[in-house]
Parts: sequence; C-alpha cells; structure tokens
Amino acid sequence: MAKTLLEIAGLRKTYGTLEVLKGIDCQVHEGEVIAIIGSSGSGKTTLLRCINMLEDFQGGTISLDGEEIGYHVEGPTRRRKSEKDIARQRALTGMAFQQFNLFPHMTAAQNVMLGLVKVKRLPKDEAHAIAVKWLDRVGLGDRAGHYPGQLSGGQQQRVAIARAIAMNPRLMLFDEVTSALDPELVGEVLQVIKGLAADGMTMLLVTHEMRFAFEVASRVIFMNQGVICEDGNPREMFVAPKTERLAEFLKTSSFN
Amino acid sequence: MAPSLFDQLWLARNVILSGLGLTVSISLLAILAGSVLGVFVGLSLTYGNRWLRLVVRVYTDIIRGTPVLVLVLASYYVSSAVGVNLDPFSAGVLALAVFCSSHVGEIVRGGLQAIPKGQTEAAKAIGLTFGQTFAYVLWPQALRQFLPAWVNTAAEMVKASTLLSVIGVAELLLRTQEIISRNFMSLQFYFFAGALYFVVNYGIERFGKYVERKTAVPS
Repeated sequence: MAKTLLEIAGLRKTYGTLEVLKGIDCQVHEGEVIAIIGSSGSGKTTLLRCINMLEDFQGGTISLDGEEIGYHVEGPTRRRKSEKDIARQRALTGMAFQQFNLFPHMTAAQNVMLGLVKVKRLPKDEAHAIAVKWLDRVGLGDRAGHYPGQLSGGQQQRVAIARAIAMNPRLMLFDEVTSALDPELVGEVLQVIKGLAADGMTMLLVTHEMRFAFEVASRVIFMNQGVICEDGNPREMFVAPKTERLAEFLKTSSFN
Repeated sequence: MAPSLFDQLWLARNVILSGLGLTVSISLLAILAGSVLGVFVGLSLTYGNRWLRLVVRVYTDIIRGTPVLVLVLASYYVSSAVGVNLDPFSAGVLALAVFCSSHVGEIVRGGLQAIPKGQTEAAKAIGLTFGQTFAYVLWPQALRQFLPAWVNTAAEMVKASTLLSVIGVAELLLRTQEIISRNFMSLQFYFFAGALYFVVNYGIERFGKYVERKTAVPS
C-alpha cells in the first residue's frame, strides 16, 4: 500500500450556525486520484478549500505528510498557525479553480513564474524555463507571452493548472475546473488532468463530469449534507451504489 | 489711445508667470501629499480592523461633505486660533491635501474592492503571503482601475487651488485680479487666466491617457 499523504480526521466546518462539514474522516494515499461528487451544498468544495486553508475550520485536523495544516492542536486547545506558516503550507498543495483566477495583468508565463520567483525564490531565468516547460506540457508553449484576456477559457484553465503544478505540489486540488467552460473546451482541460494522473500526481477533483470521474479516478467519494456518504472504487460505486442517496444522485446526474 | 491687450499682457508677464508657478506648485504639493495620505486612507478603509475603519470612515465622510472653501478657511483661521501659525500657503496646501486624501482614499478603496476575490485566493493558493499578494497581484490591478478617477481628482485640485486666493495666496487667480484692478481689462484677463487653467488641466488629462495606454493590459 502506498504511503498516506493526506489524513483528515473529524473535520468540522461551520458558517455561524450552519454546519457545512459535519465530521469528515478520510485518508488519501500517494498517487491516488479521487473524484469528489455530490449535489451542490453537500460540502465538497468547502472540503477542498479547507485542505489548503482558503477556509478556516472549527474542528478536527488535516495533516499533509504528517504535518498538521493550519492549526496547532494540543489536547483541547487549537491555535491558528501564523500567516507565514500557512502560506508555506499552501504552497505544498496546488489548486485550480472553477473561474481560473489567472492574474489578468500578467502573461501566461508570468502567471506561472510568480510563485516560483516569490515563494520558491528561484532565479528568474530558471523560473521562466520551468514555466515554459509546463506551458508546453499543457499544450500552450506558443502562448507563453499571451495575456489571459487573449486566451480562450480552456486555454486559461490550462495555464492555471500549469501555474499550480509548476510549484511541484505534493497534492493537487481541482475545484470544478470545467464547470465554467463551453462544452467544446472541456475536453482539452480533462486531457491535461488525465496526463497528470498518468504521471502519478495525487489529486482530489471536485467534479460534475461523472464520465470523467469514472474513467480517471482511482477512487470516488460521494458527499451528502456535510458527510462522506460513500467511498470506494468507481466501478462498484457507479454500477452498484450501496446507498439510496448515491443511487438517486447518479440517476439525476448526467452519467448514464 | 487705449492700451492694447498684448502690451498689457507683456507688461504683466512676470506677475502672471509667478501666479501660474504658484498655482502649479500648490496643486503638485497637494496632489502628492494628498495621494500619499489617500493611499493610507484607502488601505485603512479596505483592510483596517473595525475601529480603524470607523475612524477613517468618519474622517473621509466629514471631509468629503465639507466645501473646499470651508476647509481652506478653517485650515488658515483655526490653525492660527489654536496657536499653530501656518502661513497662507502652507495652510492652503494642507487644506487641499486633506481634501485630496479623502477622495483618493475612496478611489483606492473602490479599486481594491473591485478586484474579484478569486485573485486573492489564487495568490494564496500558490503560497504568497498577504504582503506579496498585495504587491504583485492586487495593487497593480487596482492602479490600472483607479487611474482615470485619480487623474480626475488631480484636475479638481488644480481648480480648487483658486480658492487659496481668499486667504491671500498670490496664485494665478489672485494675480489676475490684481492685474485687472490696474488695467480694468477684466474680460480679457479672466479669459486668459481661464485658458491657462485649461492648458494645465488638459496637460494632466493627456498625461493620464498616456499612462493608461502604456499600462493597458492587452486583450
């Protein structure tokens, strides 16, 4: 069995009185590609955002490579780590967003280089070489000097993935990365993700693309109302769901 | 024979030039000081804690709700009443700078808040600290966003500098009035002064457009 990379235990997240995550327990092993599915409001995006501290959480622990993310926990007391510590930890995970969130005032190459130069403190020429290498990998080597406004949605998302992956993260998080794309642009982005999966990158993907989840994921997590409702390999889950909830969800989703 | 306008202009050239020089220095100083202060006002309004935000909000609302003329008079007469003896020039520049800071503060706040939240999140996700996020991601975008409004404010400051004539600062308007009191050519000289103000403000506007073009992001 591969080594455990990410360990989530008793994760709870509330917004005021609304409990969004009600105790998540989950282990992710190196090289796993996990699709997180579930209806909207089930907490899947929030789970992803807690893993790199884009959201604070109120209970439980998340550890990456044995290091607790975001909080020092000693017995009953928990204390948020310093911003500097959290920034360093965030660099260990890469994230791609539904809305791409490229920096519009920087070229594709500058977008990819920013973290390399400012966080990893690489010299500019070295960072540029890495940026070009990854832009090549996502099929955009010839677009390095283009600004986001000059790229299509699919191209922007591929640059955003290159920006995250160039940081050489331990874990990649994909938050509905194809949801904002025109249907004909979805394929090129999924192709890039498939390539990364083949490289052995550990990935968590929140997705509505059931067919893609079925094809690429080594494991599927079905979330419902803030808890993990079902967790298993895609063939079993999609073909013979154990819970009523999942059966219902699959019926209403696009997968058939 | 009635004196010709050109003779009178030539006669008054040094007075007009010194007035124009003073108008330009007042405006420049007020815009510079006001912008520096205004950036701090804007940052406080955007990122300050509750108390700082409240204090700065009260400051900007009071200043923006007060006529500039009242600020100029207050700066001159109140400062001397409380024992700080500011000369008219300093008092006037101070009033204009304070006025400018409240406007620039609002512009900066608006520019920063208009940036989508996803920008900050993407910057965080690659491990940038808040300071780095601000310096490399937020500020460059906000600058482009608020440049036109800032140029507008700068032009407003040039116009507002005329109000310093009431506390005896010999800027272009007061100089013009002096000249008119000697030669009675009010129409011609007011028109001429107006033309000079236009030239200065047109220059500011062209400069703003130039910077805007230079910093525009291709799309």
